[in-house]
Amino acid sequence: MKRKRRRLYTVLIGMATLGVAAALVLTALRDEVVFFYSPTELTERPPPPDMRLRIGGLVEEDSVRRADDGVTTNFRVTDLTTAVSVSFTGVLPDLFREGQGVVVEGSLAAGGLFVASGVLAKHDETYMPPEVAEALKKSGKWQGNQ
Amino acid sequence: MIAEIGHFALVLALAVALAQATVPMIGAARGDARWIALARPAAVAQWACIAIAFLALTHAYVTSDFSVLNVANNSHSAKPLLYKISGVWGNHEGSLLLWVLILATFGGAVAVFGVNLPPSLRARVLSVQAMIAIGFLTFTLFTSNPFTRLSPAPADGNGLNPLLQDPGLAFHPPFLYLGYVGFSIAFAFAIAALIEGRVDAAWARWVRPWTLAAWSFLTVGIALGSWWAYYELGWGGWWFWDPVENASFMPWLAGTALLHSSIVCEKRDALKSWTILLAIVTFGFSLLGTFLVRSGVLTSVHAFATDPERGIFILGFLVVVVGGSLVLFAVRAPKLKGGGLFAPISREGSLVLNNLLFTTAAATVLLGTLYPLFVDALGGGKVSVGPPYFNTVFVPLITPLLILAGITPLLAWKRADLAGVLGRLKLAAAVAGAVVLWTIYRYWGGPGLAALGTGLAGWLAAAVVVEWATRVRLFRVPLGESVRRAIHLPRAAYGMSLAHFGVAVLVAGVTASSAWKAENLQVMRPGESVMVGGYDFAFHGVRSVPGPNYSAERGHFIVTEDGRPVAELWPEKRFYPVQRQPTTEAAIHTTWLADLYVVVGDADGKGGWSTRIYHNPLVPWIWVGAIIMAFGGAVSLTDRRHRVGAPTRRRAAARAMAGAAGG
Repeated sequence: MKRKRRRLYTVLIGMATLGVAAALVLTALRDEVVFFYSPTELTERPPPPDMRLRIGGLVEEDSVRRADDGVTTNFRVTDLTTAVSVSFTGVLPDLFREGQGVVVEGSLAAGGLFVASGVLAKHDETYMPPEVAEALKKSGKWQGNQ
Repeated sequence: MIAEIGHFALVLALAVALAQATVPMIGAARGDARWIALARPAAVAQWACIAIAFLALTHAYVTSDFSVLNVANNSHSAKPLLYKISGVWGNHEGSLLLWVLILATFGGAVAVFGVNLPPSLRARVLSVQAMIAIGFLTFTLFTSNPFTRLSPAPADGNGLNPLLQDPGLAFHPPFLYLGYVGFSIAFAFAIAALIEGRVDAAWARWVRPWTLAAWSFLTVGIALGSWWAYYELGWGGWWFWDPVENASFMPWLAGTALLHSSIVCEKRDALKSWTILLAIVTFGFSLLGTFLVRSGVLTSVHAFATDPERGIFILGFLVVVVGGSLVLFAVRAPKLKGGGLFAPISREGSLVLNNLLFTTAAATVLLGTLYPLFVDALGGGKVSVGPPYFNTVFVPLITPLLILAGITPLLAWKRADLAGVLGRLKLAAAVAGAVVLWTIYRYWGGPGLAALGTGLAGWLAAAVVVEWATRVRLFRVPLGESVRRAIHLPRAAYGMSLAHFGVAVLVAGVTASSAWKAENLQVMRPGESVMVGGYDFAFHGVRSVPGPNYSAERGHFIVTEDGRPVAELWPEKRFYPVQRQPTTEAAIHTTWLADLYVVVGDADGKGGWSTRIYHNPLVPWIWVGAIIMAFGGAVSLTDRRHRVGAPTRRRAAARAMAGAAGG
């Protein structure tokens, strides 16, 4: 009897911990998940302003401009069908280059400008972020392992 | 020629592993001593073969033999020698060979040092070890052969990714693999015990040193990786909750749970099935990590040269290993005899709670890491789960763990006096309270979680000291007697105290650097200066300097505090012509209470440079804390009771009985 009751307590504590953890996970997943948009999707069905999201694609050729404050960079991310203007204040990753794949996290501001809080470029030449490949596939411009 | 010897040695290793996986296992089932005896020489031979293969590849790298495809793709004759050697594992094929080498090294170590293990158990352990080796050797030979020749040989190689041309590459992967792969021993012991149908205190004692070693290596490996990312990526951050980081963190969480549950298994002859399950899960996480890192299914800032097709092989292997073990577990575990009774308020009760929290934490990290894959597979589109998720979920789970870490060591086995223990911890509670109040006062208006973090660090550090003082009966007996007790305390006790103290240091570092980091981003012209975190950073321009295989733009900063000189910093922006790739080298000055971190960016064309300056409080404590933790593990390993294979079954059983009676 005593043994059974102890086991019951252990199970109850376990269930309580798991319950709390599950509640935490579900709330966090609802609030903190960041959705991915390709530039075309972003223009066709824009998300609510100030929602954190990621966009991915290639940095459009000849689109990178340094703003006058010296630390803000403006560029365009394209899936080769649609391009989105992005503004980022900070130092870009070393491998950020025109024509390269890039994933940008941030939110859509008024006027369709994407204000980035972070820029992910790949670490080496052979790595393509899956999101970028996906965006290019959606726009039909994917050419194998480019 | 030497590359062919390496290839041949690798094939031979596979043949040896096949024999080692089957013959001793059958021998142990039949009780045939001669078949059982094959296990030890086979394990050593397998190690020797793989070591020859590894040396052959290293030789190809050092001599820049570009007729080997792997060398041509990943090396260059102008590279410094250190990076030629560490470049061996700076790519998929070579790092897989290192993986297999370490696996065989652990197997060989069991064969050589596990002298007192019962022969049948040892045979089964080595046999399971060889089965894992078969999987990875097959993978290496058929999909990722590092010895493939290239004809005609190019005049020079493609070079190593500049981000990897760093001493970090020399140390981070070997330590990480020693940790990852070290858990394969605990796994092999678990499978062997399931086959034997026998788990007892002696078994737990045999497994413990291997788990402890793997855990210490993994702790160092993760810390080195975090440190490397901190100074090399130039973002001033040390942990991004990136899938690749999580891949190493999950086995660490499960391994830490295993470390604690195996104590209960050893001391109280309880939690047996659970410990076995944890050993399986921990190694499963190691394999999952290998899969996530190499397959590239998730976007990561640390991913290198990934290949989805190879990922599928590892995924298949993962399914076979974990699925097979869990089936075996389901069939055999109910036959394991249950352990003693548990009082909820006891050290074992508290350790169960520890295990519950650690495994829940591991599960939440797993869920957050794989969630994007689930959503994608179910057609929900691409999503990513970032730091906000992990911080929301992790802090509430770690907080009770840290409180518990202060209390548990003072609780007695079997039945403890919680009120008495809490009474003894009044001092620790007072320290925690004081730290919280000081934090709130000093950083009024700062993040609220900071006070929680520093309070927990203060609590744990003070509780460790209180626990030690209790053990040596400080101020309760004459000082000489306390000293005598302190000398005779078991090394394992010191190991635990050190490890817990390391956690406290780490928590302080994590809290302070997250809460009070100062960051300044600006364009500076030579002669200008900027104040960050109470320090004055004066910029003295940039000049070009040549490197061995790169050219660099080197900035010069002079840092002063209230007019007193503190440091000179030389951040660089390097350009590697072979790969046509730039890298950023941050310049860091540490005062041990904070890091001054300077990065120089691009010129703006008008005589200025974009610069980033960080003041990161207590960041060094993160790595110091991790090193103290690993050092605690090492101290614990030197305990006479943990000496590999030291206990015989009878002695350990007698001790467990005595411990239970006296506890």
